[in-house]
Amino acid sequence: MSFSATKFAQPPPFSSTTTRSNEKPLSFDPFKTGTSFLGSTRKLRFNSLCENAQFKPHHRSAVVAVSELVKEKKLKSNANLLITKEEGLELYEDMVLGRAFEDMCAQMYYRGKMFGFVHLYNGQEAVSTGFIKLLKKEDSVISTYRDHVHAVSKGVPARAVMSELFGKATGCCRGQGGSMHMFSKEHNVLGGFAFIGEGIPVATGAAFTSKYRREVLKEEDCDHVTLAFFGDGTCNNGQFFECLNMAALWKLPIVFVVENNLWAIGMSHLRATSDPEIWKKGPAFGLPGVHVDGMDVLKVREVAKEAIGRARRGEGPTLVECETYRFRGHSLADPDELRDPAEKAHYAGRDPITALKKYIIENKLASEQELKTIEKTIDEVVEEAVEFADASPQPHRSQLLENVFADPKGFGIGPDGQYRCEDPKFTEGTAHV
Amino acid sequence: MATVFQGLGAATAISASNSFDSKKFQLPSRRSLSVRKDSILVVRSDGRVNHIMNRGARRAEQLITNAVATKADGSAASTASKPGHELLLFEALREGLEEEMERDLRVCVMGEDVGHYGGSYKVTKDLANKYGDLRVLDTPIAENSFTGMGIGAAMTGLRPIVEGMNMGFLLLAFNQISNNCGMLHYTSGGQFKIPIVIRGPGGVGRQLGAEHSQRLESYFQSIPGIQMVACSTPYNAKGLMKAAIRSDNPVILFEHVLLYNLKERIPDEEYVLSLEEAEMVRPGEHVTILTYSRMRYHVMQAAKTLVNKGYDPEVIDIRSLKPFDLHTIGNSVKKTHRVLIVEECMRTGGIGASLTAAISENFNDYLDAPIICLSSQDVPTPYAGTLEEWTVVQPAQIVTAVEQLCQ
Repeated sequence: MSFSATKFAQPPPFSSTTTRSNEKPLSFDPFKTGTSFLGSTRKLRFNSLCENAQFKPHHRSAVVAVSELVKEKKLKSNANLLITKEEGLELYEDMVLGRAFEDMCAQMYYRGKMFGFVHLYNGQEAVSTGFIKLLKKEDSVISTYRDHVHAVSKGVPARAVMSELFGKATGCCRGQGGSMHMFSKEHNVLGGFAFIGEGIPVATGAAFTSKYRREVLKEEDCDHVTLAFFGDGTCNNGQFFECLNMAALWKLPIVFVVENNLWAIGMSHLRATSDPEIWKKGPAFGLPGVHVDGMDVLKVREVAKEAIGRARRGEGPTLVECETYRFRGHSLADPDELRDPAEKAHYAGRDPITALKKYIIENKLASEQELKTIEKTIDEVVEEAVEFADASPQPHRSQLLENVFADPKGFGIGPDGQYRCEDPKFTEGTAHV
Repeated sequence: MATVFQGLGAATAISASNSFDSKKFQLPSRRSLSVRKDSILVVRSDGRVNHIMNRGARRAEQLITNAVATKADGSAASTASKPGHELLLFEALREGLEEEMERDLRVCVMGEDVGHYGGSYKVTKDLANKYGDLRVLDTPIAENSFTGMGIGAAMTGLRPIVEGMNMGFLLLAFNQISNNCGMLHYTSGGQFKIPIVIRGPGGVGRQLGAEHSQRLESYFQSIPGIQMVACSTPYNAKGLMKAAIRSDNPVILFEHVLLYNLKERIPDEEYVLSLEEAEMVRPGEHVTILTYSRMRYHVMQAAKTLVNKGYDPEVIDIRSLKPFDLHTIGNSVKKTHRVLIVEECMRTGGIGASLTAAISENFNDYLDAPIICLSSQDVPTPYAGTLEEWTVVQPAQIVTAVEQLCQ
């Protein structure tokens, strides 16, 4: 759904309360945006905003009136390809890994290997790959419950994530987190949160640390960037707005990435939001807001480069709205009855993996065979991950209370005068509390 | 077992990761007050004192018995001849905070009006001038978000102190405190630690109205993964502040609106108290009175009356609201066989309720009478002065309860 920016003086011409998606008049035009591979071209020119980085009154109006700065740029120009062969293969591999992993999760779930709420990322791979493959290891990623692919893109081994989903002790969180709580200290994945919006302040804190390290601890070269991924539903939540304010206020090195897949379980974004254009909410807080076609990894990557670059240079936060779509239901328990099959078909036709494959082959970056080899390798990786998870042990009872406190003296002093943590059996939860 | 430093001298059985650095002892405190280097007190709840350099033993013993600020103290003798220095409770908090900020650059403060305003109760006065606007961060009014920001900063290596201007405001941060502060260490499989301190004034004040008179310790106590402590004197305020900052666990430090101007003489030497220990305020034989924060003073006032009537109450300030120090409490119960709990929480679901359960479970055989728990009424604190007075426990009720227990 991409709105013509210049038309946005008045509210959109539909009633959001009574229409269902299959009756809606065509502000959503499935045929207009799907023609060229590099679909929506609604993006800001970043250059002008970089110059206006200082928060002066007259510059502020330039940031607010961002709709006037939209410029159409033909990305598919002559010999000027966006990616090298290596980059293309890296992106392809990452997206295929994300897709294959999630498909395997679905299989395993229906075979009774994992339980609870599992939210799959199929269809949104371009956003994760487009952003995360530009990061360094020290940069942080914060996500929501739809976090498997963010973790895997960031570098957490697929076997560790699969093992975590199976609830085994070898999982990245020792089996204690589960699908919605993927963490990795080594790869700086700070979660994995079940409540929407609650990860955004944590991301803001990670960005705050980066700024603190540079300015207070005098680590001159600390330019770590934080990415916060969240959905359209979150954009109506207070924590989102509060953090946009704080990030812009203190120019924190953070990028707020909205994965707008139009649906919050069964709630259409249009029914929940008074002004559905999320990118416009950035300028309201003094940071640039950009809309990008989230089904196109190359476009996402271009926007991400700019946004991450801004953050690294100390120019502050950016709000990036990625128009994307999830091919499956909200979770594996969602029957997905409300979404219009025409809508699903439209976005299935814009599958980011198919699109990148087409781009690579058409521009002769690699052969079909090379891509097939990648797909085969990934299949093996995912198979191996399942085998590893299957073979891993369940957590032992002694693990029950081990990680409640970083300093186990927090369990207190027992009646006998000893700290409870001195009793070796205490972590089993058998000792009297 | 007293403070973190205890392990250096005595042989202890702690095999848990108690990674303290012996270098800490040699760090001079760069304060303007005269400081004796390398002389650190380790104060135990049973009155014994261990010294690392074994100087000034006699002085230290004097300090322990004067743990409660009483009126007779300090007024007669000249201040110059006594050891230590006198200050108010909020200054003690600031002193502890400043010492820790000096010692570790990663310690920072965030909250509303903590910077330029110096804190609504002046606990962070002048710190922003000294340490800058980033280390003492004035936040917008967004408790949930800036508490979450503190948690994210703690996960990535800083040691933030989040101030709730009034503890009641932290109700807005309950999402972050419960889900992230308490649980993240566990759900991440132990990968991330959250060394955050959340502090602020709470409790019933002088006609502040219902919403500014809340006791959040009863709401937070179920959250797994956090520790809660309540300070009541300048001495324990400073010690607990320092201990909370140094702890790798998330700690909620409860201060009380009416106690900020208490005056006491505290040691010049650096000291850190134990987060998990209770404080023996007044040893006795007849009855164990367990209390914390402001109610300690109502109890001590009642104690005077009780002593005149011939009773000998043992008063313990439990200090650690989560976890309970069942050793100190248990020893007392085994001695007196009668327990009275005096708290400011409401009757339902308060700290007293949990404490009653814990004592009943662990020390039932030692009790000669049922435990009496005096709490505030289950009512939103009224504005009218008379009604407010009847909401909280008053000394007369404490006296009556002890008489009832000791029949």
